[in-house]
Amino acid sequence: MAEVRLEHLSKRYGATNVLPDVTLTINEGELFAVVGPSGCGKSTLLNLLAGLDRPTAGRILFDGEDVTELEPRARDIALVFQSYALYPHMTVRGNLAFPLQVTKRRHGFDRRRIEEEVQKVAGFLGLIPLLDRRPRELSGGQRQRVALGRALIRKPRVFLMDEPLSNLDAKLRASMRAELRRLHEELKITTIYVTHDQTEAMTLADRLAVFNHGEVQQIDHPHEIYARPANMFVAGFMGYPPMNLLDAHREGQTLRAGPIRLPLAETGAQHLLDQPLIMGIRPEVVAITSVAATGEGAVSGIVRLVEPSGAGMWVTVDLQDAQAMTVIGLTEAGFIPNVGDSVAVSVRRASIHLFERATGKRIGSA
Amino acid sequence: MSRLSERAWGYLLAAPAFVLLGFVALAPIGAALWLSLYRRMPVFGLDEFIGAANYVQLWSDERFWAACRVTLYFTTLSVTAELVVGFGLALLLDRLTSRSGRSSPWEQAMVLLPWAVPTVVSAQIWKWLYQPDYGLLNYLLLRVGLIDAPIDWLADPDWAIHAAVVMDVWKTTPFATLLLLAGLKALPQDLYAAATVDGAGPWERFRRITLPLLMPIVVIVLVFRTMDAVRVFDAVFVLTGGGPGNTTETLSIYAYKTLFQTLQFGYGSALATAMFILVAGLSALYVVLLRRHFQESA
Repeated sequence: MAEVRLEHLSKRYGATNVLPDVTLTINEGELFAVVGPSGCGKSTLLNLLAGLDRPTAGRILFDGEDVTELEPRARDIALVFQSYALYPHMTVRGNLAFPLQVTKRRHGFDRRRIEEEVQKVAGFLGLIPLLDRRPRELSGGQRQRVALGRALIRKPRVFLMDEPLSNLDAKLRASMRAELRRLHEELKITTIYVTHDQTEAMTLADRLAVFNHGEVQQIDHPHEIYARPANMFVAGFMGYPPMNLLDAHREGQTLRAGPIRLPLAETGAQHLLDQPLIMGIRPEVVAITSVAATGEGAVSGIVRLVEPSGAGMWVTVDLQDAQAMTVIGLTEAGFIPNVGDSVAVSVRRASIHLFERATGKRIGSA
Repeated sequence: MSRLSERAWGYLLAAPAFVLLGFVALAPIGAALWLSLYRRMPVFGLDEFIGAANYVQLWSDERFWAACRVTLYFTTLSVTAELVVGFGLALLLDRLTSRSGRSSPWEQAMVLLPWAVPTVVSAQIWKWLYQPDYGLLNYLLLRVGLIDAPIDWLADPDWAIHAAVVMDVWKTTPFATLLLLAGLKALPQDLYAAATVDGAGPWERFRRITLPLLMPIVVIVLVFRTMDAVRVFDAVFVLTGGGPGNTTETLSIYAYKTLFQTLQFGYGSALATAMFILVAGLSALYVVLLRRHFQESA
């Protein structure tokens, strides 16, 4: 267990600056997710943390101790790979025992002690009946467990996970997510979890950092990131379907985005509103109803795409009287529109996010 | 026609290949076996069936056993050295090409060059290198001061076989390097990252990851190289012709001399057959080892 601190960490490969300058602190015992689209530098960050790669500048501190120049083996970390990277020529027992065997000199475990530890971890993860199998004889979920076990057996200071669930099918992924959470609750090892899947990051992490182009966009608790995205990138990346981001401006005491008009609520920073804006509306607060049931403030549009999703349906609508403005919204139960239908779109005044169009930065809620 | 089973069709279509193989491989082997049961020396007009008499003679032929010893000594030494040096070069090349991210054709061409030169040509070059009075090897060793007087490498009974081994290693190591390099390139890099993070140092990564995963290729290299080395002819023949005395006379050279210099067709064929049995036995041993290895890892 350790607090992990990155100070002005940067990494460039030749002319490409993969990580320009990252400073962040991961608290002791925290499950911290790093999320971002592919190529955002999250894997580079993980390699730097693991010691598989050296930063161009900056420091990595574990509990205040500078580990930047330490070899991976001296850092006392464990890494779970996306591909699991199980040793194909060893049994499950061999894979689990490997980290203890190669570091025997440090902790002085003899053969019997190693076997005890293997049994303990295997019992913990339900791997006892599989100990004599080889990786190729295991299912995806079982391999995942072995990879976890191999990482756990050394009781590392820091646990690194590189997209550990992305090779599993959807159902297994959900159950492994719950299992990872349970493991974390029991062991409380500082865990850094890298993923491109924002749902995974949101449901699993205590806190998360959203990355884009190697830069931290926002670090916060999942609900804060959802409720108060720091900029348009975070707003668009976190949440599914993605937030509607519409060009907007102020007209007196009204906010206007195409045909959508919303009365302006009291916000502290009125002067910031007199510039080109982006209005962010989560699809779950956009109600799609039949034209007949039109309420006040509703605008009409043509259905372009319908995506069933359990209770309701996500509907993509081209707004009328607007130049190429589309909105994703949620139907109310029982209403099933077809592509090409005319529907009414109304925005529930729950939370509207406002961003500066020039910089993408958050101004506030309206 | 169409009533033939798929199996029968298979045999029918493969028949030309079988026939060809029969003519160029099986028939000569059979002929040599048959010939080895005769005493046939055209010079003396001798041609009689004597059964296993040639083999009985072989059993008590000191020169045959000496040739066996030379062959096995040569094989063990050169194959071991080729494997070790080849592995080293393969690791080096793998390192060079993976670090720069691209494979440079120069290093690979340099390593492969000796293999591309015909054996007779390279043996002749080495013969000049070994030449006692003008050879480069003696010149260099004298200059460095490692030896006081020139050594006649190929005429010294103790040095000659080793000189042949060195030449053979120089020439055929590239083969081992190439196969092992291909194997190294196919190993998943994730495994090394995992082992590094798990705390394994370079030596442990090699011993616990690289070596076991490359075992099938090591065995293949061993099989190919052993069979080649047991049959070695041209390299040693050009260098020493089997001398001094018979100290570098391998089975191939003995069989060649018997067959084509003294024209004892029957006895020479018996020698060739004995060599055939030796190679077949060694290959069978390797195949068993290989199969056991695959069964263990499967």
